[in-house]
Amino acid sequence: MSFIKKPSVHHPKLPTNALGLNRRDYEGALSTLCAGCGHDSVSSAIIEACYNLSIPAHKLAKLSGIGCSSKTPTYFLNKSHGFNSVHGRMPSVATGANLANRDLVYLGVSGDGDTASIGLGQFCHIIRRRLNMLYVVDNNGTYGLTKGQFSATNDKNSKSKKGEDNPFESIDLAALAIQLGAGFVARSFSGDKDQLIPLMTAALKYRGFAFIDVVSPCVTFNNHSQSTKSYEYFREHNEALGYLDVIPETEEIKVNYKEGSSAQVQMHDGSKMILHKLDKSHNLYDRGNSIKILNDHQTKGSIVTGLIYLDKEERDLHDTINSNQKPLNILTEKDLCPGSKGLDYVNASFR
Amino acid sequence: MSKINDFVVKFANVNGSGSASANAMFAKSIFRMGIPVTPKNIFPSNIQGLPTWFEVRISKHGYAARREGIDCFITLNPQTYQTDVKEILPGGYLVYDNTMPRNFSRKDINYIGIPMASICAENYDDPRQRQLFKNIVCLGALAALLKIDIKIIESLIKEDFEKKPKLIPPNIKALYLGRDFALENLDCDLNVGLKKIRTTKKKILIQGNEAAGLGCVYGGATVVGWYPITPSTSLVEAFQKYVNLFRVKDNGEVSAGIIQAEDELAAVGMAIGANWNGARAFTATSGPGISLMSEFLGLAYFAEIPLVLFNIQRGGPSTGMPTRTQQSDILSCAYASHGDTKHILLFPSDPKECFEMAAQSFDLAEILQTPIIVMSDLDIGMNDWVIDPLQWNDKTSYERGKVLKKQDLDELMNWGRYLDVDGDGIPYRTLPGTHETKGSYFTRGTSHDAFAGYTEDGRINADNMMRITKKFKKSVKYLPKSVRRKAKKDTNIGLIYFGSTSVAIDEANDILESQGHATDLLRIRSFPFGRGISSFIDDHDHIIVMEQNRDAQMRSLLINELNKDSSKIHSILNFDGSPVTANFIVKAFLNLLKKNQVVFKSLKKKQSAA
Ligand SMILES: Cc1ncc(C[n+]2csc(CCOP(=O)(O)OP(=O)(O)O)c2C)c(N)n1
Ligand code: SF4
Ligand SMILES: [Mg+2]
Repeated sequence: MSFIKKPSVHHPKLPTNALGLNRRDYEGALSTLCAGCGHDSVSSAIIEACYNLSIPAHKLAKLSGIGCSSKTPTYFLNKSHGFNSVHGRMPSVATGANLANRDLVYLGVSGDGDTASIGLGQFCHIIRRRLNMLYVVDNNGTYGLTKGQFSATNDKNSKSKKGEDNPFESIDLAALAIQLGAGFVARSFSGDKDQLIPLMTAALKYRGFAFIDVVSPCVTFNNHSQSTKSYEYFREHNEALGYLDVIPETEEIKVNYKEGSSAQVQMHDGSKMILHKLDKSHNLYDRGNSIKILNDHQTKGSIVTGLIYLDKEERDLHDTINSNQKPLNILTEKDLCPGSKGLDYVNASFR
Repeated sequence: MSKINDFVVKFANVNGSGSASANAMFAKSIFRMGIPVTPKNIFPSNIQGLPTWFEVRISKHGYAARREGIDCFITLNPQTYQTDVKEILPGGYLVYDNTMPRNFSRKDINYIGIPMASICAENYDDPRQRQLFKNIVCLGALAALLKIDIKIIESLIKEDFEKKPKLIPPNIKALYLGRDFALENLDCDLNVGLKKIRTTKKKILIQGNEAAGLGCVYGGATVVGWYPITPSTSLVEAFQKYVNLFRVKDNGEVSAGIIQAEDELAAVGMAIGANWNGARAFTATSGPGISLMSEFLGLAYFAEIPLVLFNIQRGGPSTGMPTRTQQSDILSCAYASHGDTKHILLFPSDPKECFEMAAQSFDLAEILQTPIIVMSDLDIGMNDWVIDPLQWNDKTSYERGKVLKKQDLDELMNWGRYLDVDGDGIPYRTLPGTHETKGSYFTRGTSHDAFAGYTEDGRINADNMMRITKKFKKSVKYLPKSVRRKAKKDTNIGLIYFGSTSVAIDEANDILESQGHATDLLRIRSFPFGRGISSFIDDHDHIIVMEQNRDAQMRSLLINELNKDSSKIHSILNFDGSPVTANFIVKAFLNLLKKNQVVFKSLKKKQSAA
């Protein structure tokens, strides 16, 4: 369908955000994914979150690997630069891009094949480095683009469309992310806008590595009755830890929330995140506890969603290496080149 | 025959025994006496316990290649003694530790025993010091035997231990213990020796990786992704060192981001991501890393992203000879990655060119929007070379290539990332964050049209591929030109070479010339090849390509890319992992003349016609 040009008609009545932009301004090309693919809902949530936050699209860079999921950056934010890299290697490209210009917002979109198999190494290491970015996995438990092979996030008790058993243990990307030092780790479902959009919003604001594992069913290859990543299975087994609201610094807190079931977190830029916790026992600031919750639910066959782990101390790779506050890509020969004087000194040291 | 300022000294050591710093001081003190010196580290891929050698050629003529035949061998490693002794020239010297008695087989060399272990045992209590100072005692004795200015060594010790001043007195003590032993007990009148001259007075002694790392600082690199691999690691370490020296602000902020990656895939991915986002970025590796980086190189080539990559070549294939030198990645770099790909290669021949080409490569990468691979090797990268001081013109400004700014985009109506506006095949790029509404595009490794849109239209893709070919061909005008040297007499033989082979060629050519052979020389400095190289081949009946690999890779590249008659292009190949010597080249050259009747005959014909 890519040959159909989307009409860019202006609708004067559409609501606008703080930049005076409407949702349309955050859209991308028309999706060429299968109708009903979960990934398209994730793209919509991204558009919604960026609109809500009034992010200037050109100040966001969207990066991806290879796969149906990795194609999606074409379908949102067409005023942003995009980089469709090689299979599983988006993290390294994002790392370089972020080092070059610390002032942009970095959004990575990947698939479960892209992240949990070929790119598992890069995924682990980008987390360890706490790159300042939001990393989203459209997790469908399968290799969509290569037509339905099992992926490493596919549950052991899940069957393929042809009825084959998956004999191998699955990788829980959220648990891995918590263990390796990600500061913001959430899981959600592509069909749950109410939960996904605020999570995206908060994650985009987080300074450090934010990860959202979005269960996003592949309607073509993994949405049958014996799959654990189908719409049906998910709706029956979802146990939400909570919902949240994100309130920009400039707005006063209007959202109603019940004391005792909610918590408020201030983010580095002054905005507030309000968590409506359904499960009061969940202490989301404790790594060990967060991993335990994931494990416990997995054993029960249920899928927890919501914000699973949060490190209130926001910090990123630039803090670690103490790099120039100015983006490195705007430095000039004046800042960078020690000139002939410097060379005199160096030459003398090799006499 | 006295060999003043013209001989070869070799040390046989065990690695991890502390010999490295004494060896370096030996070479440097000769350099400071004004005498051209060429030290070569010959080391194993191991941290402790295996044999290492340190070979030092001293040449008042300034010949900087290795030379076979050792005049003075300091054998401190019993493991290698049997083979070491065979390398000594008749009439040469074998220096050894005679604390324990030894048997000697050769009658035609001189033996000089120095009781290094017992001297140290008498003077030092700490067993570690006893071991370490043996090297310094030996150095002191060599100062007496070879007439090194001991004051120079003293000052080198002081410089070396500037940060650990406690170690200065015991080191100096060891130095004089060795010297005094020699003066008192040995006949120090050898037929090899040193005499101060002024030849290296204005020069510096530096390794190629050090110079290249510095060149990256000068060239404005800010982002590095890298993964440790011999012999490239010291390049990144040098970059880090000079960043610490020159790029740290008063508040401690650093104007660079250096990341040790999880592997070479990530290392090159980081460099590509940073370049895409407008920072100058590089990575450095060696053969195995090149293999891993190939997929990404294809992306940078096809999506037209600047990138600087240093390949410090080592012995291949596979893990190969990790600590030996070769020029055996020519083809794998020229055509790295699947599909139709070609890359720009630069061939530095010494540390000076490592510095210059490193700095220049960032301009080239941004002008041409493609990977630039700097093809150094272990010999240049990890050995000290005597070169002229490095120079920098303060008027230099970085050439950032065709990058559109906000104002440019305001005025532009129909920008396309891959449109050939200027007819040179080089399109205009934009950086993320430049303009609110214009200039965004999707960088992809999939086939794309001039507006960066995905296309499966084969004609559009072919057009784009042809534009990239055009850009590649036209890149020649920006690249370092080949260097041509005419023989004193007319000749129909042309010799082509590149990189670290150059010093051996210089010397071999002098030898051949003195024997009446005339050869025109051409040194390749970049790929794709310029017209000068093509006409050089056309201008000669016979071409010899000298290179340090088995498969004559440069020869293949020349024949393939310039479409030349292969029958007239011969090879001299050295691939034993040691830097080639002039003698090897001379012998191989004469063999070629003898074996190859065609060459010989037509040579005669030409000469008689002349
Ligand atoms: C190096 C390499 N190997 C294999 C492929 C083929 N390939 C393309 S997409 C894909 C799997 C994608 O799966 P996932 O990341 O889960 O994305 P999905 O399509 O399911 O969204 C594979 C194996 C490739 N592009 N590159
Ligand atoms: S194959 Fe699956 S993942 Fe790919 S677009 Fe179709 S539904 Fe989505
Ligand atoms: Mg998938």
